[in-house]
Amino acid sequence: MNYEVSYKRLQEIIKSLEEETISLDESLKLYEEGIRLYRHCNKLLESAQLKITRFSNDTLEEIEIDIEEV
Amino acid sequence: MKLKALSISEVNAYIKRILTNDPILYNLKVKGEVSNLKIHTSGHVYMSLKDNKSKINCVIFKNNVPEDLNLKEGLEVRVSGYISLYEKDGSYQLYINSIEVEGVGNLHVEFAKLKEKLQNEGLFDQEYKKKIPSMPKNIGVITSLTGAALRDIINVISRRYPKVNVKVYSVLVQGDRSADDIVYAIDFLNKREFIDVIILARGGGSIEELWSFNEEKVARSIFASQIPIISAVGHETDFTIADFVSDLRAPTPSAGAEISVPSYIDIRDKLDISKDRMNKVFENKVYSYKKDLDSTKKDMDIDYKEIIKDKLICTDNCLKNIENAINKKLILTRNELEYIGQNLNNLSPLSVMSRGYTLVEKDDVLVKDPKDLSLGDNINVLFEKACVNCKIQNIKEVD
Repeated sequence: MNYEVSYKRLQEIIKSLEEETISLDESLKLYEEGIRLYRHCNKLLESAQLKITRFSNDTLEEIEIDIEEV
Repeated sequence: MKLKALSISEVNAYIKRILTNDPILYNLKVKGEVSNLKIHTSGHVYMSLKDNKSKINCVIFKNNVPEDLNLKEGLEVRVSGYISLYEKDGSYQLYINSIEVEGVGNLHVEFAKLKEKLQNEGLFDQEYKKKIPSMPKNIGVITSLTGAALRDIINVISRRYPKVNVKVYSVLVQGDRSADDIVYAIDFLNKREFIDVIILARGGGSIEELWSFNEEKVARSIFASQIPIISAVGHETDFTIADFVSDLRAPTPSAGAEISVPSYIDIRDKLDISKDRMNKVFENKVYSYKKDLDSTKKDMDIDYKEIIKDKLICTDNCLKNIENAINKKLILTRNELEYIGQNLNNLSPLSVMSRGYTLVEKDDVLVKDPKDLSLGDNINVLFEKACVNCKIQNIKEVD
């Protein structure tokens, strides 16, 4: 699940939890799902790193560029 | 013969002398399109005049600038002046003595014509604009590898959202081959399925320098792209056809980078705030349930004792009532029985016999009517404490 979808679901869970009518059992299930989504989003945010590549004009392969060189 | 080596100044001075002595170059009339216009604070005007193929640098000294001169980029002008060399940097220029504005330049006319044509075809319509992804993973950048635009884009992305892959496709951003280069790059990146958004960029410049971004083939290629394209061409006020047909226009390459990625810090904050909010809501919910439970338990304790007490009293009362009822019933039944017993006793033949009377039985059946008796019958005469067997010898009726 990508970040946007996960984050949207997390917001829905918070909204549901805020509803008075929801049972404790259901709240617990939603909370657990919410925590899982938070960890997933966190992982997505932490894992990626800026990488700059360029396509070689001759071979069209990707060549990494050092950010300091730009 | 050995030639003496000349100094640079001597060479430039020599060239200047040739140029200024040439009868054609000394008194020249030229027409062309204004570009790179700069009006210096000193009042001198610097610009280029150009046609489709070539350009020439020009200067109009303050004294020769007409008061009502309203020069603009792209205007077609007719000038007269002379060619001379600016010795300091060895460049030749057209020194303009007089200038007349003829009208809008060819490039501007072409720009307006193409813009109208594409607009009528619907290439700028909002309904065709693709959505820019809010969190791209792979950003394709089409620009010159050596230009400031790329440096600006990477600076902004690395500061704002250093969580993406930037994939640069290097193209010529001006000149004859530039438009074909750009079209090829857009097509190439479209074949890479993982590219989420393309930034088409170059820094500011004159209309000629930005011209590739006004070419029809580039416009059509942008329109045909399946990947959303952000145009980040020129600087603030420069508008190109690419800007109109792109899915989003950014005034500068830096701005293009800015709108292509979200702010990492904002996203982080929002996510953490969401988690805190969820924790708080859940804790409140659990607390509320616990409070309800405690309160119910308290209620239960009180009710339980009271209920047991009430029930016990009630049970005791019931038992007492049942006992009373049973006792009463027993007494009544006993009295009734005694009464019945007494009556029975009174009616009992034994009680008659106790008073000296006897009973007669024939064949173990009590004889109530003498008519049931015949002469010779064996009968039993029952006394209270004896049974006498008799034979009937005589039957006599008594009145």
